[in-house]
Amino acid sequence: MSSVNELPPRHLLHHEPPIFELGSPGRSGASLPSLDVPAADPRDDWGSLARAEAPGLPELSEVDVTRHFTRLSRWNYAIDIGMYPLGSCTMKYNPKINEAAARIPGFAGLHVYQPESTLQGALELMWQLERMLCEIVGFPRATLQPAAGAHGELAGLMMIRAAHADRGRHPTKILIPDSAHGTNPASCTLNGFDAVTLPTGADGVLDVDAVRAALSSDTAGIMITNPSTLGVFEENIADIAELVHSVGGFVYMDGANLNALLGKFRPGDAGVDVMHINLHKTFTTPHGGGGPGAGPVAVAAALEPFLPRPTVEKRGDRFTLEYDRPKSVGRLRSFFGNWGMFVRAYTYIRELGGEGLTRATELAVLNANYLRARLEHEYPVACTRRSMHEVVFSDKRLKKETGVQTLDIAKRLIDHGYHPPTVYFPLIVPGALMIEPTETESPETLDQFADALLAIAEEARRDPERVKSAPHSTGLRRLDETRAARKPRLRWRPAGTE
Amino acid sequence: MSQDHPANLLYTREHEWARIEGNTATIGITHFAVEQLGDVTQVDLPREGETIRKEDVFGSVESVKAVSDLYAPLSGKVVKVNNPLNDTPQYLNDEPYDDGWLIQIELSNPAETASLMTAAQYAEFLRDQDAH
Repeated sequence: MSSVNELPPRHLLHHEPPIFELGSPGRSGASLPSLDVPAADPRDDWGSLARAEAPGLPELSEVDVTRHFTRLSRWNYAIDIGMYPLGSCTMKYNPKINEAAARIPGFAGLHVYQPESTLQGALELMWQLERMLCEIVGFPRATLQPAAGAHGELAGLMMIRAAHADRGRHPTKILIPDSAHGTNPASCTLNGFDAVTLPTGADGVLDVDAVRAALSSDTAGIMITNPSTLGVFEENIADIAELVHSVGGFVYMDGANLNALLGKFRPGDAGVDVMHINLHKTFTTPHGGGGPGAGPVAVAAALEPFLPRPTVEKRGDRFTLEYDRPKSVGRLRSFFGNWGMFVRAYTYIRELGGEGLTRATELAVLNANYLRARLEHEYPVACTRRSMHEVVFSDKRLKKETGVQTLDIAKRLIDHGYHPPTVYFPLIVPGALMIEPTETESPETLDQFADALLAIAEEARRDPERVKSAPHSTGLRRLDETRAARKPRLRWRPAGTE
Repeated sequence: MSQDHPANLLYTREHEWARIEGNTATIGITHFAVEQLGDVTQVDLPREGETIRKEDVFGSVESVKAVSDLYAPLSGKVVKVNNPLNDTPQYLNDEPYDDGWLIQIELSNPAETASLMTAAQYAEFLRDQDAH
């Protein structure tokens, strides 16, 4: 059985004030040499731009600063500490070889303004990564510029809009299933499109007839998350693509869940016109606070002229940046995108190869279905279809029997040593617990995690208040999320000035 | 009818309610919707004078769990907005049929009310949903 450590070591529990409340006037962590040049008055050089008062920075010694941040870091949870079952986020392990590659001096020390002739290795890596990604998803070209998934959506929709305008058309509507990622409608709105919601069919997949009924000459396209946020493969995608094409629309696939498809399904082969790929999900670059994201966007031939510029081209044995793309939607990111992530993703793909990537997908899907088989009797599954890389449970049974809800279960998981899963998403599943183990986790870890969830269900029947008041082992107990949202305090202010 | 769905209101499948008085309708979200949302933290509503169309999104409600769209139960021109919700969104949690009302509209097509559910029909709709 899973055991809960109710009393963690003292060092996890102590109160850590903001750094502004630490230290003492005059204390310093640096010893500067005495002034050996004439003192200058900043106002002579900067006039009114010079500060009239010191900025009120905290004054601390080196040891104060080191301890403050080291203590805070011990409150962190990270993929290097344990399982991170955050559904829809693909929190897979980030291999250390990625970091070694990204730190190769020739990569790490590049400057964006170096002449092209001295950037050949970097450009070749970008050119090759583009081709690798295109081979994986079945498209002729891709841009590496977008900085994350939602930025990729923006890029894709800009290209769709540009392609319509190029044909003299200005359709306004994008269809989005209610099981799609929440960023999809936001990206539509940012692009001046109206998002039209399509209901998911009773069996959890998008219904071809529902798409047909929603189509019109005003349909600019459709955005499909595949697998959907229910963790289900949209098996009608090829038929839907044909229908959408028949009214002149384009098909955007949200590729955030690509980890379920590597080596198994190529969206480009199914009629998808454009998709984004999250390097920070599928291709093991750091996700969340660990580093910037990267959301390359791959396109079919019809959208290629509209790709952001510059593109990387190979001329003979030289690599070059191509700016002369008259129909391009323009530049979407400063310089070349989040370059360090390209090195990491390239390293991962080279390390695993085609067979390894296929195996990763197989294990990711197997792991999700294993958890489903172990937990389904306590946590009913939203969709009867076979799960892909993630599985959406609900609190339906426990809530009815014990009053314990998804949020309580998530908080109690913290006491068991896990990062909570994604909760209350997708919205179409009441009390959703969305769990994505990824291929990273071993059978032992999966069993321990399943045991923890089963122990919480058992505890909910025996002592529901214990679960409802979780977490118990953290430095701070359950936070007042409502008050934080209604009356947010977004910055620290000195005492007496609030 | 129970306190959960007052008998003098009409209801939609998206869990909005409408109280019809002459040619105006007061619109809000149901007790069930509020239960599902959890603590409401922000409400975005149209401005007075804007027109809304039945079944179109006219605003959104943000709770600690999610942001949910509001769908217009009826068409018309917004004549009044419950502005106190900006500062006190918990009215929605505490009094969804009273201080938690959202907007009042002047109906542009009163015949649309025929498509809404009565309290009894709404209660049955919820029972069916729960069975799934």
